Amino acid sequence: MIAYLTLILCCQLAGELITVASGIPIPGPVVGMVILFAGLLARGRLPDGLAAVADTLLRHLSLLFVPAGVGVVLHLHVVSEDWPAIAVALVVSTLATIAVTAWVMVLLGRHAPSDTGTEER
Amino acid sequence: MGADLERIWVYLSASPLLSLTLTLAAYQLGLWLYTRARLNPLLNPVLIAVCILVGILLATRTEYGVYFEGAQFVHFLLGPATVALAIPLYRQFEAIRRSALAIIASIVTGSATAALSAVAIARLFGVSDTVLVSLAPKSVTTPVAMGIAEQLGGLPSLTAVLVILTGILGAALGPFMLNLLRIRSWSARGLAIGVAAHGIGTARALQINEVAGAFSGLAMGLNALATAALLPLLWKLIQ
Repeated sequence: MIAYLTLILCCQLAGELITVASGIPIPGPVVGMVILFAGLLARGRLPDGLAAVADTLLRHLSLLFVPAGVGVVLHLHVVSEDWPAIAVALVVSTLATIAVTAWVMVLLGRHAPSDTGTEER
Repeated sequence: MGADLERIWVYLSASPLLSLTLTLAAYQLGLWLYTRARLNPLLNPVLIAVCILVGILLATRTEYGVYFEGAQFVHFLLGPATVALAIPLYRQFEAIRRSALAIIASIVTGSATAALSAVAIARLFGVSDTVLVSLAPKSVTTPVAMGIAEQLGGLPSLTAVLVILTGILGAALGPFMLNLLRIRSWSARGLAIGVAAHGIGTARALQINEVAGAFSGLAMGLNALATAALLPLLWKLIQ
């Protein structure tokens, strides 16, 4: 367990070093994700212990956004007098992005039968 | 008695333990409500926890910096969790390879839609260029979005606020939009939520379905890349 947590932290550290050294505009953890993914592909199988650590971290990914979310609400005043424009833009643009992305994927993607499902409601 | 209570409060509020405990407790309450409502996206646990904690901070006049001393331990785990997204990605590698071109096409189109539609709508209201360019990268994961906004002359702090708001909006409203459009493919649903609502959307997608979660994580990463590469060019064209 600790060994795989260390592996994940090492990937993140390597990712941070690469972004700082190269100046690419991608966060270190995302580069770390690519490194770990490449490592898994090279190895050809997923160790159970690594799967357990990753699933534990990801099961409550939502929780990890709470501190940043609190900061945002306390700094809402930076949205200033433009808030009606920004509110409309955020809602409409978010829904439009979801519709366009999903449509393009449905039109072009090759879907296995297992890919189909329905969400609640 | 009152003075004692105050001394205890002063002591506790100076220690990271209190805000860490409150963060977990507020999230637990949010999660409980969300589960009871059978994962209704509107009762997003992040949204509930944030509202509770903001209420507490305002009522006790606590500075965000003091709260963050405890909450940073939770915040820190975002990095390792992002790295861990490699695992669902690896599990879905076959499906991803099969539709690689479709995935890239949908992420690039989605990325352009996110930036252009937001800028176009805000411009109709006569918003200044500084605010427009801070709004453009709103669907991208926070550190990348702030970098893009800064590079193009926007306000990174405004961008950070808009990114989180977009994530919560996308996670709360996105599933209704996808149901309305009758999108039944988990891969398409995941990609759409990941492009529009980055990590907060991905967190919800992972709770619903493993395929949707993997595609959402992939979309978040590739959208950051696509927006960082394309937005500076698009901004020059539309300015």
